[in-house]
Amino acid sequence: MERNKWKRPSNIDKFRKMNELSVEHLLGIKYLTAEDISLIFKMADNFKKIINQPIKKVPSLRDITVANLFFENSTRTKLSFELAEKRLSADVVNFSSAASSVKKGETLIDTVNNIIAMKVDMVVVRHPNPGASVFLSRNIDAKIVNAGDGTHEHPTQALLDAYSIREKYGEVKGKKVVIIGDILHSRVALSNIYCLQKLGAEVSVCGPSTLMPKYISTLGVKHINNLKDALNWCDIANVLRIQLERQDVKYFPSLREYAMVFGINKEILSGLNKEITIMHPGPINRGVELTSDVADSGQAIILNQVENGVAIRMAVLYLLAGKVKKNGE
Amino acid sequence: MKAEKVIINKEKFNIIIERLSYQLIENHANFENAVLIGIQPRGIHFCNRIYTKLSSIVSNKDIKVGDLDITFYRDDFRRRDDPLEPQAIDINFSIEGKNVVLIDDVLYTGRSVRAAMDALLAFGRPKSVELLVLVDRRFSRHLPIQPNYVGKKVDAISTEKIIVEWKETNGKDQVILINSEK
Repeated sequence: MERNKWKRPSNIDKFRKMNELSVEHLLGIKYLTAEDISLIFKMADNFKKIINQPIKKVPSLRDITVANLFFENSTRTKLSFELAEKRLSADVVNFSSAASSVKKGETLIDTVNNIIAMKVDMVVVRHPNPGASVFLSRNIDAKIVNAGDGTHEHPTQALLDAYSIREKYGEVKGKKVVIIGDILHSRVALSNIYCLQKLGAEVSVCGPSTLMPKYISTLGVKHINNLKDALNWCDIANVLRIQLERQDVKYFPSLREYAMVFGINKEILSGLNKEITIMHPGPINRGVELTSDVADSGQAIILNQVENGVAIRMAVLYLLAGKVKKNGE
Repeated sequence: MKAEKVIINKEKFNIIIERLSYQLIENHANFENAVLIGIQPRGIHFCNRIYTKLSSIVSNKDIKVGDLDITFYRDDFRRRDDPLEPQAIDINFSIEGKNVVLIDDVLYTGRSVRAAMDALLAFGRPKSVELLVLVDRRFSRHLPIQPNYVGKKVDAISTEKIIVEWKETNGKDQVILINSEK
Protein backbone atom coordinates (compact mmCIF):
# COMPACT_ATOMS: atom_id res chain seq x y z
CA MET A 1 0.00 0.00 0.00
CA GLU A 2 1.43 3.30 -1.03
CA ARG A 3 1.23 6.02 1.56
CA ASN A 4 0.98 9.62 0.63
CA LYS A 5 1.89 12.44 2.90
CA TRP A 6 -0.42 15.38 3.36
CA LYS A 7 -0.07 17.54 0.26
CA ARG A 8 1.06 21.11 0.62
CA PRO A 9 -1.23 23.74 -0.85
CA SER A 10 -0.07 24.80 -4.30
CA ASN A 11 0.30 28.45 -3.27
CA ILE A 12 2.95 27.58 -0.67
CA ASP A 13 5.75 28.77 -2.96
CA LYS A 14 4.32 32.22 -2.83
CA PHE A 15 4.50 32.06 0.94
CA ARG A 16 8.00 30.71 0.84
CA LYS A 17 9.25 33.70 -1.09
CA MET A 18 7.52 35.99 1.34
CA ASN A 19 9.30 34.47 4.32
CA GLU A 20 12.77 34.25 2.85
CA LEU A 21 15.33 36.77 1.71
CA SER A 22 16.19 36.65 -1.99
CA VAL A 23 19.90 36.96 -1.16
CA GLU A 24 22.36 34.64 0.57
CA HIS A 25 24.40 37.42 2.20
CA LEU A 26 23.70 41.00 3.21
CA LEU A 27 26.37 42.78 1.19
CA GLY A 28 24.53 45.97 0.36
CA ILE A 29 21.08 47.44 -0.09
CA LYS A 30 21.75 47.50 -3.84
CA TYR A 31 21.26 43.71 -3.94
CA LEU A 32 18.00 43.65 -1.96
CA THR A 33 14.48 43.89 -3.33
CA ALA A 34 11.76 46.04 -1.79
CA GLU A 35 10.12 42.78 -0.59
CA ASP A 36 13.32 41.79 1.21
CA ILE A 37 13.36 45.12 2.99
CA SER A 38 9.73 44.83 4.10
CA LEU A 39 10.38 41.28 5.28
CA ILE A 40 13.29 42.52 7.39
CA PHE A 41 11.07 45.30 8.80
CA LYS A 42 8.33 42.83 9.63
CA MET A 43 10.79 40.57 11.44
CA ALA A 44 12.26 43.58 13.23
CA ASP A 45 8.77 44.43 14.55
CA ASN A 46 8.74 41.05 16.28
CA PHE A 47 12.24 41.42 17.63
CA LYS A 48 11.53 44.92 18.89
CA LYS A 49 8.76 43.41 21.05
CA ILE A 50 11.18 40.78 22.28
CA ILE A 51 13.89 43.23 23.30
CA ASN A 52 11.30 45.10 25.34
CA GLN A 53 10.31 41.97 27.27
CA PRO A 54 11.61 41.35 30.80
CA ILE A 55 13.76 38.54 29.37
CA LYS A 56 15.22 39.76 26.11
CA LYS A 57 16.69 36.56 24.83
CA VAL A 58 15.32 33.93 22.44
CA PRO A 59 17.01 30.60 21.70
CA SER A 60 16.68 30.66 17.88
CA LEU A 61 20.37 30.80 16.92
CA ARG A 62 21.77 28.58 19.66
CA ASP A 63 23.59 26.33 17.17
CA ILE A 64 25.06 29.20 15.15
CA THR A 65 28.47 30.78 15.67
CA VAL A 66 29.01 34.34 14.49
CA ALA A 67 32.36 36.07 14.08
CA ASN A 68 32.46 39.85 14.28
CA LEU A 69 35.47 40.97 12.24
CA PHE A 70 36.14 44.65 12.66
CA PHE A 71 39.09 45.86 10.60
CA GLU A 72 38.07 49.41 11.39
CA ASN A 73 37.04 51.17 14.59
CA SER A 74 33.43 51.07 15.66
CA THR A 75 31.48 51.40 18.89
CA ARG A 76 27.80 51.50 18.06
CA THR A 77 27.71 49.02 15.19
CA LYS A 78 29.90 46.50 16.95
CA LEU A 79 27.97 46.67 20.21
CA SER A 80 24.69 46.59 18.37
CA PHE A 81 25.64 43.50 16.35
CA GLU A 82 27.03 41.78 19.42
CA LEU A 83 23.87 42.45 21.42
CA ALA A 84 21.71 41.26 18.53
CA GLU A 85 23.73 38.04 18.27
CA LYS A 86 23.61 37.42 22.01
CA ARG A 87 19.87 38.07 22.21
CA LEU A 88 19.40 35.42 19.56
CA SER A 89 21.59 33.05 21.65
CA ALA A 90 24.31 32.72 19.00
CA ASP A 91 27.90 32.05 20.04
CA VAL A 92 29.96 35.15 19.35
CA VAL A 93 33.65 35.61 18.68
CA ASN A 94 35.08 39.08 18.33
CA PHE A 95 38.02 40.26 16.38
CA SER A 96 39.46 43.69 15.92
CA SER A 97 42.41 44.32 13.67
CA ALA A 98 44.27 46.48 16.18
CA ALA A 99 45.09 43.47 18.38
CA SER A 100 45.56 40.84 15.68
CA SER A 101 47.92 39.23 13.23
CA VAL A 102 46.76 41.64 10.51
CA LYS A 103 49.45 43.87 11.89
CA LYS A 104 51.92 41.06 11.13
CA GLY A 105 51.02 41.14 7.45
CA GLU A 106 48.32 38.49 7.12
CA THR A 107 45.95 38.94 4.18
CA LEU A 108 42.22 39.43 4.61
CA ILE A 109 41.31 36.09 3.11
CA ASP A 110 43.85 34.21 5.23
CA THR A 111 42.62 35.86 8.39
CA VAL A 112 39.02 35.04 7.58
CA ASN A 113 39.76 31.50 6.41
CA ASN A 114 41.49 30.81 9.70
CA ILE A 115 38.46 31.99 11.55
CA ILE A 116 36.12 29.94 9.33
CA ALA A 117 38.28 26.86 10.02
CA MET A 118 37.16 27.23 13.62
CA LYS A 119 33.64 26.41 12.36
CA VAL A 120 31.99 29.79 12.14
CA ASP A 121 28.62 29.98 10.33
CA MET A 122 28.24 33.69 9.87
CA VAL A 123 30.66 36.59 9.55
CA VAL A 124 29.89 40.22 10.31
CA VAL A 125 32.61 42.25 8.65
CA ARG A 126 33.66 45.88 8.64
CA HIS A 127 36.61 46.78 6.48
CA PRO A 128 38.16 50.03 5.21
CA ASN A 129 38.20 48.77 1.60
CA PRO A 130 35.07 49.07 -0.54
CA GLY A 131 33.95 45.64 -1.76
CA ALA A 132 35.67 43.70 1.03
CA SER A 133 32.44 41.92 1.96
CA VAL A 134 31.60 41.06 -1.65
CA PHE A 135 35.10 39.64 -2.03
CA LEU A 136 34.66 37.53 1.10
CA SER A 137 31.26 36.23 0.02
CA ARG A 138 32.79 34.88 -3.20
CA ASN A 139 35.66 33.14 -1.46
CA ILE A 140 34.32 31.90 1.81
CA ASP A 141 31.70 29.40 2.86
CA ALA A 142 29.83 31.43 5.46
CA LYS A 143 27.01 33.96 5.47
CA ILE A 144 28.46 37.45 5.25
CA VAL A 145 26.85 40.54 6.78
CA ASN A 146 28.42 43.79 5.67
CA ALA A 147 28.83 46.15 8.64
CA GLY A 148 30.42 48.85 6.48
CA ASP A 149 32.99 48.49 3.71
CA GLY A 150 34.99 51.66 3.20
CA THR A 151 33.02 54.33 1.38
CA HIS A 152 30.73 51.78 -0.30
CA GLU A 153 27.76 50.54 1.74
CA HIS A 154 26.53 50.17 5.31
CA PRO A 155 23.29 48.25 4.78
CA THR A 156 22.13 47.69 8.36
CA GLN A 157 22.46 51.41 9.08
CA ALA A 158 20.28 52.26 6.09
CA LEU A 159 17.74 49.64 7.13
CA LEU A 160 17.50 50.97 10.65
CA ASP A 161 17.23 54.55 9.37
CA ALA A 162 14.37 53.63 7.07
CA TYR A 163 12.81 51.53 9.85
CA SER A 164 12.94 54.51 12.20
CA ILE A 165 11.22 56.67 9.56
CA ARG A 166 8.58 53.97 9.11
CA GLU A 167 8.11 53.81 12.87
CA LYS A 168 7.60 57.55 13.20
CA TYR A 169 5.52 58.20 10.06
CA GLY A 170 3.86 54.82 9.47
CA GLU A 171 5.44 54.40 6.06
CA VAL A 172 8.49 55.48 4.09
CA LYS A 173 6.75 55.82 0.74
CA GLY A 174 6.31 59.41 -0.41
CA LYS A 175 8.46 60.91 2.35
CA LYS A 176 11.07 63.51 1.45
CA VAL A 177 14.47 62.83 2.95
CA VAL A 178 17.53 65.02 2.66
CA ILE A 179 20.95 63.65 3.49
CA ILE A 180 23.25 66.42 4.68
CA GLY A 181 27.03 66.39 4.86
CA ASP A 182 29.90 64.46 3.39
CA ILE A 183 28.20 62.36 0.71
CA LEU A 184 31.43 61.53 -1.09
CA HIS A 185 32.98 59.57 1.76
CA SER A 186 29.79 58.24 3.30
CA ARG A 187 28.70 54.62 3.02
CA VAL A 188 25.67 55.54 5.09
CA ALA A 189 24.60 58.01 2.40
CA LEU A 190 24.88 55.53 -0.46
CA SER A 191 23.04 52.76 1.38
CA ASN A 192 20.39 55.21 2.53
CA ILE A 193 19.82 56.46 -1.02
CA TYR A 194 19.31 52.90 -2.30
CA CYS A 195 17.11 51.88 0.60
CA LEU A 196 14.86 54.95 0.65
CA GLN A 197 14.42 54.91 -3.12
CA LYS A 198 13.50 51.21 -3.09
CA LEU A 199 10.86 52.00 -0.51
CA GLY A 200 9.46 54.85 -2.63
CA ALA A 201 10.82 57.89 -0.79
CA GLU A 202 12.25 60.99 -2.47
CA VAL A 203 15.89 61.63 -1.65
CA SER A 204 18.01 64.78 -1.96
CA VAL A 205 21.49 65.54 -0.79
CA CYS A 206 22.92 68.74 0.62
CA GLY A 207 26.52 69.67 1.38
CA PRO A 208 29.61 71.35 0.02
CA SER A 209 30.01 70.73 -3.74
CA THR A 210 33.49 69.37 -3.10
CA LEU A 211 31.93 66.56 -1.07
CA MET A 212 29.40 65.54 -3.75
CA PRO A 213 30.26 62.50 -5.84
CA LYS A 214 30.16 62.99 -9.62
CA TYR A 215 27.71 60.12 -10.08
CA ILE A 216 25.11 61.57 -7.72
CA SER A 217 22.72 62.66 -10.50
CA THR A 218 22.79 59.16 -12.03
CA LEU A 219 21.29 57.84 -8.77
CA GLY A 220 18.23 60.01 -9.28
CA VAL A 221 19.14 62.24 -6.37
CA LYS A 222 18.80 66.00 -6.38
CA HIS A 223 21.65 68.15 -5.02
CA ILE A 224 20.41 71.15 -3.05
CA ASN A 225 23.15 73.65 -2.32
CA ASN A 226 21.50 75.78 0.28
CA LEU A 227 20.83 74.21 3.71
CA LYS A 228 17.70 76.29 4.33
CA ASP A 229 16.17 75.28 0.96
CA ALA A 230 16.95 71.66 1.71
CA LEU A 231 15.35 71.78 5.15
CA ASN A 232 12.29 73.56 3.79
CA TRP A 233 11.88 70.83 1.17
CA CYS A 234 12.25 67.79 3.39
CA ASP A 235 10.23 65.89 6.00
CA ILE A 236 13.28 64.21 7.44
CA ALA A 237 16.91 65.37 7.55
CA ASN A 238 19.53 62.67 7.96
CA VAL A 239 22.66 64.49 9.09
CA LEU A 240 26.01 62.81 8.57
CA ARG A 241 29.22 63.20 10.47
CA ILE A 242 32.11 64.98 8.81
CA GLN A 243 34.58 62.13 8.48
CA LEU A 244 37.89 63.91 8.79
CA GLU A 245 39.70 60.57 8.99
CA ARG A 246 38.62 59.69 5.46
CA GLN A 247 39.50 63.01 3.90
CA ASP A 248 42.97 62.93 2.37
CA VAL A 249 42.84 66.52 1.12
CA LYS A 250 41.06 69.61 2.41
CA TYR A 251 37.56 69.74 0.96
CA PHE A 252 36.46 72.84 2.87
CA PRO A 253 38.40 75.61 4.60
CA SER A 254 37.62 74.79 8.23
CA LEU A 255 35.19 72.95 10.48
CA ARG A 256 34.03 76.32 11.80
CA GLU A 257 33.11 77.46 8.33
CA TYR A 258 31.34 74.15 7.64
CA ALA A 259 29.37 74.56 10.86
CA MET A 260 28.35 78.08 9.84
CA VAL A 261 27.11 77.05 6.38
CA PHE A 262 25.83 73.49 6.88
CA GLY A 263 25.47 73.14 10.66
CA ILE A 264 21.89 72.78 11.94
CA ASN A 265 20.88 74.83 14.95
CA LYS A 266 17.65 75.72 16.74
CA GLU A 267 17.27 79.09 14.93
CA ILE A 268 17.28 77.46 11.50
CA LEU A 269 14.77 74.83 12.61
CA SER A 270 12.41 77.35 14.22
CA GLY A 271 12.57 79.47 11.06
CA LEU A 272 11.02 76.63 9.02
CA ASN A 273 7.30 76.49 8.41
CA LYS A 274 7.03 72.86 9.59
CA GLU A 275 8.56 70.51 12.12
CA ILE A 276 11.05 68.16 10.51
CA THR A 277 12.66 65.07 11.99
CA ILE A 278 16.41 65.01 12.59
CA MET A 279 18.36 61.78 12.23
CA HIS A 280 22.06 61.10 12.70
CA PRO A 281 23.90 57.78 12.36
CA GLY A 282 26.36 58.77 15.11
CA PRO A 283 28.85 59.57 16.43
CA ILE A 284 27.79 63.24 16.57
CA ASN A 285 30.33 66.03 16.33
CA ARG A 286 28.40 68.39 18.58
CA GLY A 287 28.68 71.97 17.41
CA VAL A 288 29.70 70.96 13.87
CA GLU A 289 26.84 69.30 11.97
CA LEU A 290 24.33 69.55 14.83
CA THR A 291 24.26 71.83 17.83
CA SER A 292 23.58 70.22 21.20
CA ASP A 293 20.12 71.77 21.60
CA VAL A 294 19.05 70.18 18.29
CA ALA A 295 20.64 66.80 19.00
CA ASP A 296 18.89 66.59 22.38
CA SER A 297 15.54 67.99 21.23
CA GLY A 298 12.32 66.08 20.68
CA GLN A 299 12.72 66.46 16.92
CA ALA A 300 15.79 64.23 16.94
CA ILE A 301 15.16 60.46 16.87
CA ILE A 302 18.85 59.59 17.19
CA LEU A 303 18.44 57.30 20.20
CA ASN A 304 15.42 55.58 18.63
CA GLN A 305 17.70 54.79 15.71
CA VAL A 306 20.12 53.09 18.08
CA GLU A 307 17.35 51.05 19.71
CA ASN A 308 15.95 50.02 16.34
CA GLY A 309 19.47 49.05 15.26
CA VAL A 310 19.45 46.02 17.55
CA ALA A 311 16.02 44.87 16.30
CA ILE A 312 17.03 45.31 12.64
CA ARG A 313 20.28 43.41 13.14
CA MET A 314 18.46 40.60 14.94
CA ALA A 315 16.07 40.39 11.98
CA VAL A 316 18.91 40.29 9.45
CA LEU A 317 20.87 37.68 11.40
CA TYR A 318 17.77 35.54 11.96
CA LEU A 319 16.77 35.61 8.29
CA LEU A 320 20.28 34.80 7.05
CA ALA A 321 20.79 32.10 9.70
CA GLY A 322 17.75 30.36 8.26
CA LYS A 323 19.88 29.78 5.18
CA VAL A 324 22.85 28.26 7.03
CA LYS A 325 23.06 24.56 6.26
CA LYS A 326 22.57 22.36 9.27
CA ASN A 327 25.12 19.73 10.24
CA GLY A 328 25.34 16.73 8.00
CA GLU A 329 23.92 18.39 4.90
CA MET B 1 -9.28 8.46 -2.16
CA LYS B 2 -9.38 11.65 -0.24
CA ALA B 3 -11.88 11.40 2.58
CA GLU B 4 -13.13 14.27 4.67
CA LYS B 5 -14.98 13.67 7.90
CA VAL B 6 -16.44 16.29 10.20
CA ILE B 7 -15.53 15.26 13.72
CA ILE B 8 -16.84 18.31 15.54
CA ASN B 9 -19.73 20.24 14.01
CA LYS B 10 -21.04 23.68 14.88
CA GLU B 11 -23.43 22.55 17.64
CA LYS B 12 -20.83 20.31 19.24
CA PHE B 13 -18.33 23.15 19.03
CA ASN B 14 -20.39 25.42 21.25
CA ILE B 15 -21.09 22.65 23.73
CA ILE B 16 -17.37 21.94 24.01
CA ILE B 17 -16.49 25.59 24.60
CA GLU B 18 -19.18 25.79 27.25
CA ARG B 19 -18.00 22.62 28.99
CA LEU B 20 -14.32 23.67 28.95
CA SER B 21 -15.24 27.08 30.37
CA TYR B 22 -17.05 25.48 33.30
CA GLN B 23 -14.13 23.12 33.87
CA LEU B 24 -11.83 26.15 34.03
CA ILE B 25 -14.15 27.88 36.51
CA GLU B 26 -14.14 24.75 38.65
CA ASN B 27 -10.38 25.09 39.07
CA HIS B 28 -9.83 28.83 38.86
CA ALA B 29 -13.09 30.20 40.35
CA ASN B 30 -13.26 33.88 39.50
CA PHE B 31 -9.97 34.07 37.55
CA GLU B 32 -8.44 36.48 40.05
CA ASN B 33 -5.10 34.73 39.84
CA ALA B 34 -5.35 32.95 36.51
CA VAL B 35 -4.55 34.14 32.99
CA LEU B 36 -5.38 32.78 29.55
CA ILE B 37 -2.61 32.62 26.95
CA GLY B 38 -3.41 31.60 23.37
CA ILE B 39 -0.62 30.17 21.23
CA GLN B 40 -0.16 31.93 17.87
CA PRO B 41 -1.31 31.56 15.20
CA ARG B 42 -4.21 29.14 15.56
CA GLY B 43 -4.68 28.97 19.32
CA ILE B 44 -5.77 32.57 19.62
CA HIS B 45 -9.22 32.10 18.05
CA PHE B 46 -9.94 29.32 20.50
CA CYS B 47 -8.53 31.44 23.32
CA ASN B 48 -10.81 34.34 22.38
CA ARG B 49 -13.87 32.07 22.35
CA ILE B 50 -13.06 30.69 25.78
CA TYR B 51 -12.41 34.23 27.03
CA THR B 52 -15.72 35.52 25.70
CA LYS B 53 -17.60 32.60 27.22
CA LEU B 54 -15.86 32.94 30.59
CA SER B 55 -16.50 36.69 30.72
CA SER B 56 -20.20 36.07 30.24
CA ILE B 57 -20.29 33.60 33.15
CA VAL B 58 -18.00 34.84 35.92
CA SER B 59 -18.33 38.15 37.75
CA ASN B 60 -14.71 39.14 37.06
CA LYS B 61 -14.94 41.36 33.98
CA ASP B 62 -11.19 41.82 33.75
CA ILE B 63 -9.87 38.35 32.97
CA LYS B 64 -6.31 38.67 31.69
CA VAL B 65 -5.77 37.24 28.23
CA GLY B 66 -2.71 37.29 25.96
CA ASP B 67 -1.31 35.96 22.69
CA LEU B 68 2.02 34.19 22.66
CA ASP B 69 4.19 33.68 19.58
CA ILE B 70 6.57 30.75 19.79
CA THR B 71 8.41 31.09 16.46
CA PHE B 72 11.78 32.01 17.95
CA TYR B 73 11.56 29.31 20.62
CA ARG B 74 10.87 26.37 18.31
CA ASP B 75 13.36 23.54 18.05
CA ASP B 76 12.99 23.12 14.28
CA PHE B 77 14.50 26.42 13.06
CA ARG B 78 16.62 25.64 9.94
CA ARG B 79 15.23 22.09 9.93
CA ARG B 80 11.96 22.89 8.21
CA ASP B 81 11.42 23.16 4.48
CA ASP B 82 9.29 26.27 4.77
CA PRO B 83 10.43 29.16 6.97
CA LEU B 84 8.03 30.16 9.72
CA GLU B 85 6.33 33.48 9.81
CA PRO B 86 6.33 35.03 13.27
CA GLN B 87 3.12 36.51 14.62
CA ALA B 88 2.53 39.23 17.16
CA ILE B 89 3.15 38.73 20.86
CA ASP B 90 0.53 40.50 22.92
CA ILE B 91 1.07 39.97 26.64
CA ASN B 92 0.95 43.26 28.51
CA PHE B 93 1.00 41.85 32.03
CA SER B 94 3.42 39.84 34.15
CA ILE B 95 2.65 36.17 34.67
CA GLU B 96 4.78 36.07 37.83
CA GLY B 97 2.99 33.91 40.39
CA LYS B 98 -0.06 33.42 38.15
CA ASN B 99 -1.81 30.22 37.15
CA VAL B 100 -1.40 30.18 33.39
CA VAL B 101 -3.77 28.33 31.09
CA LEU B 102 -2.09 27.75 27.72
CA ILE B 103 -4.59 27.37 24.91
CA ASP B 104 -4.04 25.77 21.51
CA ASP B 105 -6.27 24.15 18.91
CA VAL B 106 -4.64 20.79 18.23
CA LEU B 107 -2.17 18.93 20.44
CA TYR B 108 -0.10 16.64 18.24
CA THR B 109 3.62 16.07 18.88
CA GLY B 110 3.76 18.39 21.89
CA ARG B 111 6.67 20.37 20.48
CA SER B 112 4.73 23.62 20.16
CA VAL B 113 3.69 23.35 23.78
CA ARG B 114 7.28 22.78 24.85
CA ALA B 115 8.32 25.91 22.91
CA ALA B 116 5.42 27.82 24.44
CA MET B 117 6.48 26.89 27.96
CA ASP B 118 9.96 28.10 27.09
CA ALA B 119 8.61 31.36 25.66
CA LEU B 120 6.37 31.92 28.69
CA LEU B 121 9.36 32.19 31.00
CA ALA B 122 10.28 35.50 29.37
CA PHE B 123 7.22 37.00 31.06
CA GLY B 124 7.90 35.81 34.60
CA ARG B 125 7.77 32.64 36.66
CA PRO B 126 4.21 31.33 36.67
CA LYS B 127 2.83 29.51 39.71
CA SER B 128 1.50 26.78 37.48
CA VAL B 129 0.93 26.11 33.80
CA GLU B 130 -2.02 24.15 32.48
CA LEU B 131 -2.85 23.16 28.94
CA LEU B 132 -6.22 23.39 27.27
CA VAL B 133 -6.69 22.02 23.74
CA LEU B 134 -9.65 21.61 21.44
CA VAL B 135 -8.40 18.39 19.86
CA ASP B 136 -5.98 15.95 21.44
CA ARG B 137 -4.39 13.58 18.92
CA ARG B 138 -3.57 10.70 21.17
CA PHE B 139 -0.63 8.32 20.76
CA SER B 140 1.39 10.75 18.64
CA ARG B 141 3.38 12.62 21.25
CA HIS B 142 7.13 13.18 20.82
CA LEU B 143 7.45 14.65 24.30
CA PRO B 144 5.94 13.83 27.70
CA ILE B 145 3.23 16.49 27.54
CA GLN B 146 -0.43 15.93 28.40
CA PRO B 147 -3.35 18.36 28.36
CA ASN B 148 -5.38 19.24 31.47
CA TYR B 149 -8.55 20.13 29.55
CA VAL B 150 -9.52 18.43 26.30
CA GLY B 151 -12.30 19.27 23.87
CA LYS B 152 -12.19 15.96 22.05
CA LYS B 153 -9.76 13.10 21.91
CA VAL B 154 -9.04 11.81 18.43
CA ASP B 155 -7.12 8.78 17.29
CA ALA B 156 -5.57 9.69 13.95
CA ILE B 157 -2.74 8.10 12.03
CA SER B 158 0.12 10.15 10.64
CA THR B 159 -1.27 10.39 7.11
CA GLU B 160 -4.39 12.00 8.48
CA LYS B 161 -4.63 15.71 9.01
CA ILE B 162 -6.88 17.52 11.44
CA ILE B 163 -8.08 20.92 10.35
CA VAL B 164 -9.82 23.32 12.69
CA GLU B 165 -11.91 25.94 10.95
CA TRP B 166 -13.04 29.12 12.64
CA LYS B 167 -15.93 31.38 11.86
CA GLU B 168 -13.50 34.33 11.92
CA THR B 169 -11.21 32.93 9.24
CA ASN B 170 -13.07 30.15 7.43
CA GLY B 171 -16.70 31.23 7.84
CA LYS B 172 -17.69 28.14 9.77
CA ASP B 173 -16.87 26.53 13.12
CA GLN B 174 -15.93 22.92 12.59
CA VAL B 175 -13.16 20.37 12.92
CA ILE B 176 -12.53 18.02 10.03
CA LEU B 177 -10.33 15.01 9.63
CA ILE B 178 -8.78 14.60 6.20
CA ASN B 179 -7.38 11.30 5.07
CA SER B 180 -5.11 11.75 2.08
CA GLU B 181 -4.18 8.06 1.91
CA LYS B 182 -4.58 6.44 -1.47
